[in-house]
Amino acid sequence: MSIDMEQFKITFVEESLEGLDTMESVLLDMHPGEADAEAIDNIFRAAHSIKGGAATFGLGDIANFTHVVETLLDEVRNGDRDITQEAIVLFLSSVDCIREMLSADQNDEAIDQGRIEEVKAGLDKMLGSEQESEPASTENNETVSDIPSNQENGWRVIFKPFPGMLRTGNDVVRMFRELAELGEFNAAVNADSLPPLIDMDPEEAYLNWQITLRGEIDKAQISEIFEWVEDDCELEILPLADGNAETVATGVTNNDSTEKNQPVDLQVANPPPERRAAEDRRQEGDRRQPARKASPPESSSIRVGIDKIDDLINMVGELVITQSMLGQLGGDFDMSRVERLNDGLSELERNTRELQESVMRIRMLPISFAFNRFPRMVHDLSAKLDKKIELTMSGEQTELDKTVMEKIGDPLVHLVRNSIDHGIETPEARKAAGKPETGVVNLNAYHQGGNIIIEITDDGAGLNHEKILAKAIERGLVGANEELPEEKVYELLFEPGFSTADVVSDVSGRGVGMDVVKRNIMALGGGVDVKSVPGEGSTFTIRLPLTLAILDGQLVRVGDNTYIIPLVSIVESLLVDQKNVNEIAGKAEVYQLRSDYLPIIRLYEVFDVEPDRRSLDDGLLVVVEGDGKKGGLLVDELLGQQQVVIKSLETNFRRVEGLSGATILGDGTVALIVDVAGVVRLSRDDGRGSNEQIVAA
Amino acid sequence: MDAAQNIAHEIQHDLESDGDQFLTFILAGEEYGVDILRVQEIKGWDSVTPIPNTPEYIRGVINLRGTIVPIIDLRRRFQLEAVEYGPMTVVIVLRVDDPDGGKSRVMGLVVDAVSDVYNVPEGAIKAAPDFGSVVDVNFVKGLATLEDVMVIMLDIDRLLNADELSVVAKIA
Repeated sequence: MSIDMEQFKITFVEESLEGLDTMESVLLDMHPGEADAEAIDNIFRAAHSIKGGAATFGLGDIANFTHVVETLLDEVRNGDRDITQEAIVLFLSSVDCIREMLSADQNDEAIDQGRIEEVKAGLDKMLGSEQESEPASTENNETVSDIPSNQENGWRVIFKPFPGMLRTGNDVVRMFRELAELGEFNAAVNADSLPPLIDMDPEEAYLNWQITLRGEIDKAQISEIFEWVEDDCELEILPLADGNAETVATGVTNNDSTEKNQPVDLQVANPPPERRAAEDRRQEGDRRQPARKASPPESSSIRVGIDKIDDLINMVGELVITQSMLGQLGGDFDMSRVERLNDGLSELERNTRELQESVMRIRMLPISFAFNRFPRMVHDLSAKLDKKIELTMSGEQTELDKTVMEKIGDPLVHLVRNSIDHGIETPEARKAAGKPETGVVNLNAYHQGGNIIIEITDDGAGLNHEKILAKAIERGLVGANEELPEEKVYELLFEPGFSTADVVSDVSGRGVGMDVVKRNIMALGGGVDVKSVPGEGSTFTIRLPLTLAILDGQLVRVGDNTYIIPLVSIVESLLVDQKNVNEIAGKAEVYQLRSDYLPIIRLYEVFDVEPDRRSLDDGLLVVVEGDGKKGGLLVDELLGQQQVVIKSLETNFRRVEGLSGATILGDGTVALIVDVAGVVRLSRDDGRGSNEQIVAA
Repeated sequence: MDAAQNIAHEIQHDLESDGDQFLTFILAGEEYGVDILRVQEIKGWDSVTPIPNTPEYIRGVINLRGTIVPIIDLRRRFQLEAVEYGPMTVVIVLRVDDPDGGKSRVMGLVVDAVSDVYNVPEGAIKAAPDFGSVVDVNFVKGLATLEDVMVIMLDIDRLLNADELSVVAKIA
């Protein structure tokens, strides 16, 4: 019987990661001294499932590690131990360790054993210190969590499976392998009840075993391995020390059993755990970054609420009804039934649109998935930077396409870090400025039109206008005496190589500059703005499209070619009035639209195709805005508006400047989707030669 | 008995000479071969949607059952004289693997006509001589003589590597 364990393992890993997230968020909400029973139960449950799963999948390290965590949690749960700040930090580091071990196992990387040992030693120390300081509770521990003291050095296990045991899918070999991992393993088989071959039923268990396991092992560990077969066998677990002649206690070293109390002096030389944890995390963050990039693209899954699925099923049902109705109609059709045909077709259109919408909804996740990592980050960073920071979040339920969510994670992290590093001042400075000691970072998300808006607000010092300007002048980005409006100054922050560290503080970010943040957001078809009031704080506003898969488009024709211009970037369309056209230096054409001057972009020139006409007279100008810059695109004809499914050109080809993708029209042909910002950029580069273009690309 | 032996021989022969199967096609009178396992389908020439600002040999993209597939004119890629597309003109749709382990891509090659499928025994493919800078043999896997015809075996991963395409596009 071979079952592909891999598929279960993937689920296990996903569930474990979710469990770890739960543990983390519950821990962060926890305050020293007040152990909320429900919260502890939550953590305990998560730890327990991870342990069980890990053992099933042969991840002994994780199972053992989690077991220690669980033991400690059990004590807390039973009220034998108070939850201290130290314990919370230790649990948080354990969460990190387990997460790291899981990802190491998934990506086949080496684990940082040192760090794990360290955390484990901390856990063991905490368990141990409890036992030392409160001898009375030692016994308690034993009865509650089934931890024996270390005086025995092994166990004798008498294991007699009932004949039907193997039918339940239990594998003796696997169990023995796990036992062997615990310590020195010896099994004597008793084959007395084995029938002659001819009478043997290959699915029955005939053998029984006497197993000796040497090493300092918990009884609980052994019984856990037999947990699934308890009802299908006779099982006795006896300590070896019970006058057993075989017992030779000396020299049994046991490397596999990591359960025992480690020498605690390991820790003395180390910095206090709180700081260490923060530092570790920082290093870990730095380390993780490249590792994640190197890992092959993984197939991810998505969890969908049952109500969304039910909706879909309903809609498919309606679609089937409409289809059969149309089918009947087509069977014997005459002109008297045209009206019913039209009804049917409009029904079909409604079904299709609703179906499309609900399928899209499946990809939508609440943005809390992206926000969830921040409480932890703020907690760690504020401890590290000695700042008092409160994180508030609103609009976590705002839904966003999963793809967008995945890509917005890193830019968000960077912006929040920036707010903490550079925005919020130290408690002393805040006091001096007459503000409360605790700074507030607020994350807010909401829908606006076809976009989702994410705001990151801090009540810190605000951006230093003069310093940024001085830096920009020094770098030659701005002329010395140039007057810049406020927003333009803040936009300088997003210039490549514009070091934010020099501007405000010396604490560096994750090595991702603000220019990368902006580029990432723009690659998603969004934008980012800054507002800041000196002394009162700054707000970074990210605007993102809800989904990357579908877009409302305006179809335009240039010569034989059909292009799609995203509706969101179209301001208006107009007929060219020749008297509003001006030519600058005989090259650049501008169009005066009310109080604005727009550069005229001849789409046929940018895309190098043959148009119907080249003259501007009575030409059609589509006024577009991309990346904050306006332009008028000259096209031959406006065809119509429709929703199009975006297909990537990169899948089989590569990125093409000026295009954001392609789509398939009703007649099966491919139409290209115009990247408005790219086209505006291209039209400018044309005058300056292609070298610039390479740099820009 | 003889017949049976013959068949056995033939099977034996087939098994031994198995090697790889190659699909060959004609381009300007020469026969070129590609690994048949990479060929997804062969279809007639149909109109494409041209992509702006790309090299001339990229004719455009087509809709292949919902996927956007770029079409490359091999004559123009090799800087051969362009010809009118006729009824024999076909597009060979291929899977192109990224040597760096990235995702594989699907691309179409416009060629004059398809020719045949050959079993090419291992060892029958000889390395192409070095022509210096006259001909770039980077994308030639080797040469083989099959039934008295010389076939140029193409390394399509090198030939159609999108990175190379994009570099060319930038210089152009």
